[in-house]
Amino acid sequence: MKPRTEAELAETVAGLQDPVRISGGGTRGIGGPEMTIETGGLSGITLYEPGALTIVAQAGTPVAEIEAALEAEGQQLAFEPMDHRGLLGTNGAPTIGGVVAANISGPRRIQAGACRDFLLGVRYVDGKGQVVKNGGRVMKNVTGYDLVKLMGGSWGTLGVLTEVSLKVLPKPQAVATLAVRVADGSRAVGALSAALKSPFEVSGAAFDPQDGHALLRIEGFADSVAYRVGQLKSVLAEYGDVAERDGSAEIWQAIRDVSVFHGHEGDVWRISVKPSDAPGIAARLGADQTLFDWGGGLIWALVRKGDDLRARLGAFDGHATLVRAAAETVEALGRFQPESAGIQALTQGIRQRFDPRGLFNPGLMG
Amino acid sequence: MEMPKPNPDILRRKDVVLRRLQQVLPEDAVIHDPAETRAYECDALTAYRCPPMLAVLPSTTSEVSDVLRICNEEGVPVVPRGSGTSLAGGALPTADSVILGIARMNDVLETDYDNRFIRVQTGRTNLSVTGAVEEDDFFYAPDPSSQLACAIAGNIGMNSGGAHCLKYGVTTNNLLGVTMVMMDGSVVEIGGAHLDAGGLDLLGVVCGSEGQLGVVTEATLRILRKPEGARPVLMGFDDNEVAGQCVSDIIKSGILPVAIEFMDTLCIKACENFAQAGYPDCHALLIVEVEGSEAEIDYQLSKIIEIAKRHNPVELRESQSAEESAKIWLGRKSAFGAMGQMNDYMCLDGTIPVSALPQVLRRIGELSEEYGLPVGNVFHAGDGNMHPLILFDANKPGDLEKCEAFGADILKLCVDVGGCLTGEHGVGIEKRDLMSHQYAPADLEAQMAVKDVFDPNWLLNPAKVFPLDVSQPRRDARIAAE
Repeated sequence: MKPRTEAELAETVAGLQDPVRISGGGTRGIGGPEMTIETGGLSGITLYEPGALTIVAQAGTPVAEIEAALEAEGQQLAFEPMDHRGLLGTNGAPTIGGVVAANISGPRRIQAGACRDFLLGVRYVDGKGQVVKNGGRVMKNVTGYDLVKLMGGSWGTLGVLTEVSLKVLPKPQAVATLAVRVADGSRAVGALSAALKSPFEVSGAAFDPQDGHALLRIEGFADSVAYRVGQLKSVLAEYGDVAERDGSAEIWQAIRDVSVFHGHEGDVWRISVKPSDAPGIAARLGADQTLFDWGGGLIWALVRKGDDLRARLGAFDGHATLVRAAAETVEALGRFQPESAGIQALTQGIRQRFDPRGLFNPGLMG
Repeated sequence: MEMPKPNPDILRRKDVVLRRLQQVLPEDAVIHDPAETRAYECDALTAYRCPPMLAVLPSTTSEVSDVLRICNEEGVPVVPRGSGTSLAGGALPTADSVILGIARMNDVLETDYDNRFIRVQTGRTNLSVTGAVEEDDFFYAPDPSSQLACAIAGNIGMNSGGAHCLKYGVTTNNLLGVTMVMMDGSVVEIGGAHLDAGGLDLLGVVCGSEGQLGVVTEATLRILRKPEGARPVLMGFDDNEVAGQCVSDIIKSGILPVAIEFMDTLCIKACENFAQAGYPDCHALLIVEVEGSEAEIDYQLSKIIEIAKRHNPVELRESQSAEESAKIWLGRKSAFGAMGQMNDYMCLDGTIPVSALPQVLRRIGELSEEYGLPVGNVFHAGDGNMHPLILFDANKPGDLEKCEAFGADILKLCVDVGGCLTGEHGVGIEKRDLMSHQYAPADLEAQMAVKDVFDPNWLLNPAKVFPLDVSQPRRDARIAAE
């Protein structure tokens, strides 16, 4: 089903008898029922005001279309959404609704914020087929409860997004990347942390153990970038040899999309932790390969197929999401970290009220 | 402002409730003498007052849990209170309620620079969070004007902003985790030192829920390294519209100032008289601040000044010293106090799309003439968050009502041009009945459904946020169940 208007979508949902999969471009590999509601029929930028740093688009609008429009005005989606196609081997065009529904953020998340931090407003159709709006298109809005955040990252389980408003930011004039040669993960996180707590504003902080270098991204006006690169070189000197690396755009896109895992067999996990815990946790994973982003706060792990990584981790501060695995593994282990009883009661209560018939992406979030 | 009638049954049982609370709290933590409960009769929206039945001042999460459990069992409404600085009546009691003041819980629990967070009890004031990390050159970014007094608990309740949120975001963008006590006394942990709490974004919903979903007793907050420096430039224009255009041009140029503040004639004069900030005599004043190294600041300010010059400013003054910067900001930060010297005032908080600025200012001017009440405008122009200050005389019969009607017209105007009723102060009781102007019944129903899940008996912070008639069936169901 591919409704072309919000009203048509609402009517479709109201008439549903069975659960459905909600799909934007179908690139995030969520699985689910065969019967699908595709949002691609709801497409197009509704409003773009560069002077107000805001863009409003229908949920099925391709991310590429939005990025092109922003590019023309020297602006960007600062949260740098990941493109999952390479990692998951999916096709199709990622949509802005999919990005929002999954709260997809890239390396700049540590400095600029996550997708949910840029989300200003949503319109969606709930499980009863009602159109609901929350938030709006202004940057500061505390009018009523913030269901905008709730819908961001709800993976379509609370409603089908029809329109989203986002804050955008100017694209930086210049970008540089520093690479620090480090012995291990703990030295790497030390270096990343030293840079992140300096006043020299870093917008990317990653570590690829295979490559053996902690990577830092510095963005802004050309002179400012040159100055901060110089300052950071001295801050980082104690952690290892520091050198500038060319090809910033490719380097950070590869980190964003976890390119080092592309084409490699195995299950992929995404683990959010306190950065200083990262080296210890990574050591316990028994992973074939890892990649650290967000200063260590995000660990990507490639593990043997079917491996129960959560069991191996035991209790830890953070959460582990199974991003890529066979359907049986996802079924057995669950995609998302199990929640405490108190939190589970709240999320189930919310789900029950937003989608009382359990229509949307059933089982995806538990 | 209408408030629900106190439940006589609860008032009758005051002694029972009091005794039960005294059993779980130290003697000095339960306030029941009417002479003392009066201290909690209002917040910073002083036009509305109502002493609570009781007030409690717990010192631990476990005491908060006991209080909520008992009140839940007794069916007694609870009004959580930070420092009582709400401008929207967010902490206004009802006569049958217990005020739960969090002020005694103000410890720093953990400071972690490597992971860039601080964990505090939420009774701690906003400014003293920065105070705890300042020596090490860190700060907590959200900076509401009341930051000297306001508590983190209230900041989380209202999702408070501040002058510098154009760059750093508001409370929700700087909140990593909370310990929250539910109305039934159970305690939940959401988020923590890691980013993006797993599962549904409950943290995002709790922040800005105006104390209606639970009582947050501890918070993990993101702290940032202080920039090397910051410097404002002050610019004056003869026309509001031109100033608005200048703001838009600065933003479009690719520079992201940390703050862009706007004041109109009435505010400029009031602030100048009050703080002698050296403000020029003009129609519209902008304070634009940028941060970074000296060279970065110079570069950004030179670009900003270049843009400003294209709009023929009557004054253009780059701060030359820390003293001068402080003076420029002192004027702006004392705006509310300065206006308060002129008369009683009501402060509004609507947000509009920046592009609608000239239109909205023009219409506010017309309304001011129609109502015969002067209005000064001071606001965060970068993000469209307006603060019209309507002057009135509280001692003059009918003036308050006239002022409220004027205020409601302005807020409706904000919604009609694509904005919202409140950008950072919250709905409270003040804007409660205007919610239906911004939200359709299904929109409000979805929000109330969330409240149903967190607080099924609708006991937390009653009669706020939702129009009374809209929330009535739910509140009635609670009373009928008792």
